[in-house]
Amino acid sequence: MEAFLAACIVAGTPLVLATVGELITEKSGSLNLGVEGMMLMGAVMGFSAAYNTGSPLLAVLCAALAGGGGALIFALVTVTLRANQTVTGLTLTIFGTGFASFVGQPMIGFSVPKSVSVFFAKMSLPVLGDIPVLGPIFFRQDVFVYFAYAVVVLSCVYLYKTRLGLNMRAVGENAAAADASGIPVTLYKYAHIVAGGALCGLGGAYLALIRVPIWQSDVVTGRGWIAVALVIFAAWNPLKALVGAIFFGGLSILGLRLQAMGFSLSQYLVDMVPYVATVVIVVISSHRKKKENQPPADLGNNYFREER
Amino acid sequence: MNWLKITKRDNLNKKQETIIRTLAIVLSIVCSGLILVIFGLDPIRIFQSIIEGSLGTELRIQQTIIKAVPLTITALGILVAFKMKFWNIGGEGQIVMGALAAAFVALNFGNLPKPILLVLMAAAAMVAGGFWAFIPAIFKAKMGTNETIFTLMMNYVAIKFVTYLQYGPWMDPNANGFPKVAPFPENAILPTVLGIHAGWILAILCTVLIYFLMKSTKLGYEITVVGESYETARYAGMNINKIIVVAMLISGGLCGLVGMIQASAIEKTLVAGISSGYGFTAIITAWLARLNAVATLFVCLAFAMLIQGGAYLQLAMNVPSAVASVVEGTVLFFVLGSEFFLQYKVNIAGRPGKTTEKEVA
Repeated sequence: MEAFLAACIVAGTPLVLATVGELITEKSGSLNLGVEGMMLMGAVMGFSAAYNTGSPLLAVLCAALAGGGGALIFALVTVTLRANQTVTGLTLTIFGTGFASFVGQPMIGFSVPKSVSVFFAKMSLPVLGDIPVLGPIFFRQDVFVYFAYAVVVLSCVYLYKTRLGLNMRAVGENAAAADASGIPVTLYKYAHIVAGGALCGLGGAYLALIRVPIWQSDVVTGRGWIAVALVIFAAWNPLKALVGAIFFGGLSILGLRLQAMGFSLSQYLVDMVPYVATVVIVVISSHRKKKENQPPADLGNNYFREER
Repeated sequence: MNWLKITKRDNLNKKQETIIRTLAIVLSIVCSGLILVIFGLDPIRIFQSIIEGSLGTELRIQQTIIKAVPLTITALGILVAFKMKFWNIGGEGQIVMGALAAAFVALNFGNLPKPILLVLMAAAAMVAGGFWAFIPAIFKAKMGTNETIFTLMMNYVAIKFVTYLQYGPWMDPNANGFPKVAPFPENAILPTVLGIHAGWILAILCTVLIYFLMKSTKLGYEITVVGESYETARYAGMNINKIIVVAMLISGGLCGLVGMIQASAIEKTLVAGISSGYGFTAIITAWLARLNAVATLFVCLAFAMLIQGGAYLQLAMNVPSAVASVVEGTVLFFVLGSEFFLQYKVNIAGRPGKTTEKEVA
């Protein structure tokens, strides 16, 4: 059981990063549906950098840059050129998918070099790792997992305890009012879209570098979309996003576990579970009408100063 | 940004509009060329091969049209939903479910006379595709559930389900252990007309039908109004929920029909990968065509050239066919961005500082 829960954390980590990334983007008022594409771009660039340089840090950096780069295109087209966010996000997914299979084609079947996999090997945190039950589950993981925890904590602090976070939420709630009070709306939108995209890129990199350390072009398989759904499920709260992502990570490895335990279930039917669960969550979320569970009021609207 | 003066255009003539649109396409081609250069490819040769590979010989032209058929019909389906601002991303799943229903009919009623069997397969496929779109539609109508994620998840559910059938209960015992569904009987295969399977006739027929549905029927008008504003539609006394559901049945039904065509004429059986990305590409083509049915037909032909050319690139030059989707994405980014220049006029004004100086002087 402990091993299964520890594996849930590993399976959930890419979702944590992508979900928090999309959450930050949405809090600033932009609905970027290109998560799947940005994760793929991060995955392929991270893997490529790891394979070609053997440097784990360069791999991570390239993944963040690739995800952020994808997001920058989205920002340019929607914030500056005011195009429809839904369609632009979808295009980013198509672009990212093509980009990943194009760049990744020559690397199919290659594995992550040893220097990188050693760097991302599991390590027990001092003291925390020795806590009974919780230690082995949460604190005997790889660096990336600890980074994901940090991202959740820091984003909570940023969103709810800092001036910048407050301003950013104001932009997402009512861009016109934020602008009137002197907040540089365009800058805030760009910064958070790109930062969110970088996190999505890192989520993709986790899949390609650690989850499945051999390149295959369909590493992400819908996790980007699950991340978009998790933001709704988490009611735009990073802590709830962490819980949701780990839960979904668990669902995605449930099939293998059940088979290992001797249940003769078809793997393909069990593979359906996370997607069905996402649907259920989206339906349940649409039913909740509590005030604190609502999306940022300006989500999905482009801001035109001239039309104020 | 004070030196840029952005003003709303009120009247844009056809000529200016054409210039801006053409410019966007040209720039997007230049930009995708640059991307190719970065990856060490020769863009001129790539573009040449794409054209050669899609139009070079009679056989390749036929292949291009064969790829345009599913793309066009799917895009028409997507168009009906998008017109209503219902983001149907579930084309893939609706195609797969259509193929599943068509396969069920083909494998169980293979003795029926060909025309009856084919009509039955098409009907079953449209019902199944429509049903797959109906589920998210009814939730959207009743509870306001986010349809983007719902329809998308339905894709994965459908694909996993057909994979399950293919590897499980529907696996052909005569395939020597290969996870394949039994091949369709001869009666279940679409006939060939002028060297291409009859799906192309259906594609043209659907284009005309959807064009008239959107332009000259009450339902088409209602769909457009719902897309523009729920409030207006409600004020006009329209039954919004009913319109959403009916439009999604049409949308999913068309995608389901694509599943039947592909299963019957291309794969001649049921495979999980039957939709091969048409459901996603169709979103782009429908949008590029500005949700106009006739324009959709032509945009889909152009994109079918990209797909067929991409496949040729892979064979002839050993360049991954995904190049085509990178080009697709780039083109759409530019077209999306160009809308801005259709709505706004951008003037580079003198620095505001300078003008005030003059005034002072």
